[in-house]
Amino acid sequence: MTIARVRGQAWVGDTPLFAPVDLTLAEGGWTCLLGPSGVGKSTILRLIAGLETGARFDGEVTRSTPVALMAQDPGLIPWLDVTGNVTIGARLRGDLPASFLPKYPGGRRSGPIKGPERRGAEPPADPNTRAKTLIDAVGLGDRADHLPANLSGGQRQRVALARTLFEDRPLVLLDEPFSALDARTRAQMQDLSARLLAGRTVLLVTHDPAEAARLSDRILLLREEGLTEWPVPLPRPQGAARPYDAPEVLTLQTDLMRGMMA
Amino acid sequence: MRTVLALIVTVLVLWQGVIWLAGMPPFLLPSPGAVAEALWLNRAEIARHAGFTLAEVMLGFLLGSVLGAGLAIAMGFSERLTGVLRPILTFSQTIPVFALAPILTLWLGFGMAPKIAVTVLIVFFPVASAFLDGLSRTPQAALDLAQVMGASRGRIMRHLRIPAALPQLATGLRLAAVYAPIGAVIGEWVGGARGLGALMIHANGRMKTDLVFAALLVLSVMTVIFARLVAMALARAWRRYGV
Repeated sequence: MTIARVRGQAWVGDTPLFAPVDLTLAEGGWTCLLGPSGVGKSTILRLIAGLETGARFDGEVTRSTPVALMAQDPGLIPWLDVTGNVTIGARLRGDLPASFLPKYPGGRRSGPIKGPERRGAEPPADPNTRAKTLIDAVGLGDRADHLPANLSGGQRQRVALARTLFEDRPLVLLDEPFSALDARTRAQMQDLSARLLAGRTVLLVTHDPAEAARLSDRILLLREEGLTEWPVPLPRPQGAARPYDAPEVLTLQTDLMRGMMA
Repeated sequence: MRTVLALIVTVLVLWQGVIWLAGMPPFLLPSPGAVAEALWLNRAEIARHAGFTLAEVMLGFLLGSVLGAGLAIAMGFSERLTGVLRPILTFSQTIPVFALAPILTLWLGFGMAPKIAVTVLIVFFPVASAFLDGLSRTPQAALDLAQVMGASRGRIMRHLRIPAALPQLATGLRLAAVYAPIGAVIGEWVGGARGLGALMIHANGRMKTDLVFAALLVLSVMTVIFARLVAMALARAWRRYGV
């Protein structure tokens, strides 16, 4: 089932950003949008997210599910601690009072889905518990009350991942979320994300062939000439990234690199 | 603290030296001793006037800050409103408050109202312009996330833009706290019999230069303390937001 589609062409002034593309996202799995910088990968992702792109787009964008976004800049709120950042979406939608006092003490834990579809899936039963579980899941259980300034770059992306999971959306858009991290932290974040985002549809925008080789079920190569589907011969273990040192993963990485250079 | 003391002593010595060397008459430049004496002899009167000025400063600062911050938030919501109001605001600052003070006195009488009005006029511009500047600089990454999360404009303003702009608002408020007493004194100069400004005009007219200097000294000290207290309160209340 198609859950998102971008068909058309983007322009910056009178210069085409990319040739006409037709990108269709089917439900499930990780799709990598791979390409060099400045070729419009993020523009496509932002079109799907419904965000301002800075480019003029001729064409149509359709999407049938709400999305969550995680980008290279984790976008953490400096005055909120880890818990506050993870639950910021609930506060921004007005689902969560400023304090964590339960709305119905000892009573009903959650209501039925209300409001427009963009508000997302089932409202969290108990945001506080859910946030705590997710913060534990990304390995920051002992730092839940730290401010972003006291966290390392990798830890900040872990917070961003927990916040993305808290949103609980079927489609997750990742805009080069690991590209500012060192190699080891990046590999760890890839493993963690593959595990925690299992079962969701993921669009990963990246310029790193190694990342695409580890995580994709499907690879779309975006170049100035347009979008090409790149065959992915390897199966991916359920809820995990491929090993970074397996020969066939390295071969795929090399092939992708050649494809980008071509 | 030691450097401040040294500076004060140096200024006093220079001041006294100029009087001795140039033989300035006291009605042109009173000696530090004469100013201190005037300050002591008129302490009750000066304190009474300083009380009025302080009340005007605080009320004007409060009112001007609220108006300035409210205007900034309104402009932060609407680019069209900003487009309309920005030139008007800039234009309003080209009118010297000095020229407006007599008109305000004519409209509002000789009581506290025109002084507070002048103070408000002086205070609200730095507050509004600094705060608006802060409101328009929310990090894009956070705004993108908020939009994807389905936040309304009001909640983005409340949970992201306003808290993120508090450091700039604090800058505007600190600046306004220094300027506020100038507004009050201008108001007092133009009309009325109360406040340090009125006291200065009155003493000046009667060649009581030492009393003018004493009132000026009290005004300066009051301003420094007021500005310092405002800065400290802001740093304490908004430390989490990077103030």
